[in-house]
Amino acid sequence: MNAYADPPPDGGATPGLSLRTLLDSLGDDDWRRLGGCMFAAVVVALMTGTSGNAQHLTAGVTGSLFKPRIVVFVLLGLALWLAMTFWRRYSDRVRTALAPVRTAKETVSGNQWARYSGYVAVLLVAILLPPQLSVFWQQVLVSEIGIYVLLTIGLNVVVGFAGLLDLGYIAFYAIGAYTAAYFTGFPDANRRGHISPLPAHPPFHLNPFFVLPVAVLVCLIAGLLLGAPTLRLRGDYLAIVTLGFGEIVRITANNSESVTNGPRGAFGVPHFSAFGYHWTLDLMPYWYLLLGIIVIVFMLFRQLENSRVGRSWTAIREDEVAAAATGIPTLKYKLMAFAIGASTSGLAGVIFASQVGSFAPDNFRLINSLLVLVYVIFGGMGSLPGAVAGASILIWLPEALRDHVDPQDRFVYFGALLVVMMIFRPQGVFPSRRRAREIGLAEAGSGGADAMAAPGGVLQQ
Amino acid sequence: MTAPPVEQIDAVSGIDDPVVQVSNLTLRFGGVTSLADVSLAVARGEILAVIGPNGAGKTSLFNCLTGVYVGEQGTIAFLPRPGESIELAGRKPHRITQLGLARTFQNIRLFNALTAIENVKIGVESRQHTGPIGAMLRLPRTRREERASDARALELLEFVGLHAQGNRLAAALSYGEQRRLEIARALATQPTLLLLDEPAAGTNPNEKADLERLIRRINTEMGLSVLLIEHDMRLVMSVAARVAVLNFGRLIAAGTPAEVQRNPAVIEAYLGTTDEGGSDAASS
Repeated sequence: MNAYADPPPDGGATPGLSLRTLLDSLGDDDWRRLGGCMFAAVVVALMTGTSGNAQHLTAGVTGSLFKPRIVVFVLLGLALWLAMTFWRRYSDRVRTALAPVRTAKETVSGNQWARYSGYVAVLLVAILLPPQLSVFWQQVLVSEIGIYVLLTIGLNVVVGFAGLLDLGYIAFYAIGAYTAAYFTGFPDANRRGHISPLPAHPPFHLNPFFVLPVAVLVCLIAGLLLGAPTLRLRGDYLAIVTLGFGEIVRITANNSESVTNGPRGAFGVPHFSAFGYHWTLDLMPYWYLLLGIIVIVFMLFRQLENSRVGRSWTAIREDEVAAAATGIPTLKYKLMAFAIGASTSGLAGVIFASQVGSFAPDNFRLINSLLVLVYVIFGGMGSLPGAVAGASILIWLPEALRDHVDPQDRFVYFGALLVVMMIFRPQGVFPSRRRAREIGLAEAGSGGADAMAAPGGVLQQ
Repeated sequence: MTAPPVEQIDAVSGIDDPVVQVSNLTLRFGGVTSLADVSLAVARGEILAVIGPNGAGKTSLFNCLTGVYVGEQGTIAFLPRPGESIELAGRKPHRITQLGLARTFQNIRLFNALTAIENVKIGVESRQHTGPIGAMLRLPRTRREERASDARALELLEFVGLHAQGNRLAAALSYGEQRRLEIARALATQPTLLLLDEPAAGTNPNEKADLERLIRRINTEMGLSVLLIEHDMRLVMSVAARVAVLNFGRLIAAGTPAEVQRNPAVIEAYLGTTDEGGSDAASS
């Protein structure tokens, strides 16, 4: 694909400019971008086209590219390129013209009441809309979006607030789920009608509601136990250790037949019940339970972010040496973030276990940890609305594509969305104000925006 | 290391009421001796300047005092109140800050994504007690501490002359303003002894004059002892009561600015030895 060999774009499509002046005004970068757009057009044509099979190995290429449809994609690529070229040339004027809009937007987003009414609107939709949805979407909402929003909000504390890369986050979710399965069992399981979800019997039976605080406590302790030795590590090392921890928890659950029932997992975890009300297989009550918990956790973490604790996390993320020199016990604060994230994960685990009733170690694979991390980054690291949006959009997308594209291709679109997002909007859907500033500073060449990079360095003499 | 053989100098004798006393401190990195047997004391309420050529071990000394490095030998006694001696060697940096030793950095290290006032508040809050539960529930004590933190941070910004810059990002401030903000952040931790690492580096003459006044006011109005690393001799000579000189990790001279300026060892360290003109250098 030689950009220079490409025929020049149709000058007639650019009102007010003759073909010649347009061609003369194009620089090397414009041509390079044209090449990129054409390449993207071919990739998208391949992605959306037919797929090959054992009999026709090249069918994927010929069926996608050597058909009239390629023209449509090339034209779309050209249109994209023209739009980009015009934007580069006239963006200043457009920005100036739109300056009042921008100021208005900033006033609104800076206004507390405007933001609160936004939250209330979203909450109203979350309360009123789900009962109208099909059972399929209710299922997605409860067992995917609701649970994962809670997980994402929790991981956001660890990755977004404190800047610690945790790749084994799902382990705490597993611990929460197994805690629920264990404590909802019965001490004397041999009596008729008493079936424990796990082969191991607890000293006392608990309703899932009372398991919630127990799971929070268990995960808090697990978080402290894992964090205390490992949080002295930085960046990449911490990521590897947590990744290992996640796998250890899953494999232990898989192999401890006599305690966790091995790969078959737990079954028969009872539903929630409180004050005489019993949750059942009905999805909506679970949705409202989840929604309530999400709203509470959201509000608590919002306070946390704008407090001494949240500021200290930002300081540690920005420059650990300076943070320590300013009197912040860095290890203690990192542990705190880790433990708070872990307990949120445990909370989600209990609700998950009780809602589905049965689960197996296979529910807690590495990919689940990675997905939660992707939701955090996609939504905007360190941003609570971002965490909610990130998880919701990225879970909704593959499900919504189910009826429209080849089911095997669904995650190609998912991946493409991530790539495009990270190129054009690395700060995420709703960036946190502090994070957005960090990215701005990094682009200007000062300061590090990368939470994944080791914060601070060894002090230079 | 080709350190010239010098007699053991110490900057301790004659100080009856030290706020910090470093005794025989040695720090090595592999084969490189960063600090060799350094003994030095800062008198309560004085401004002591540490000078020396690049790589002489000045910042290493700061890093040992603040717990970033741990010396191989020697002790560092910190006396927040007369007669109350605390050993600093081996303590964690944040503990040392909480004990009352605050510092600034040679290459400014602010929290760039936070505003000026938030930077200072972090310093103030190192003395507060709000935990995660209190912060989440916004308990009365949390709210009280938050108000106190705001008020104190504003006072300190006013003190260093940045009250109009409170809501700007630390990264958006000018170089001189960033230097002063770093000082405000250090002051916010309520230190007894303030360590300033080349506060005048990269500032213009006006900013230098402001800085000189600021250091004096920290010393007189706030009553803090100040340990100052500085290359700007005019600033050192005007604010410091005593000067200690390091070269190749060794203390080569200590005394009043005038004494140190006349000291041949110091002149040699700064200008180098010459075969024929050693005495010329001393007289110039």
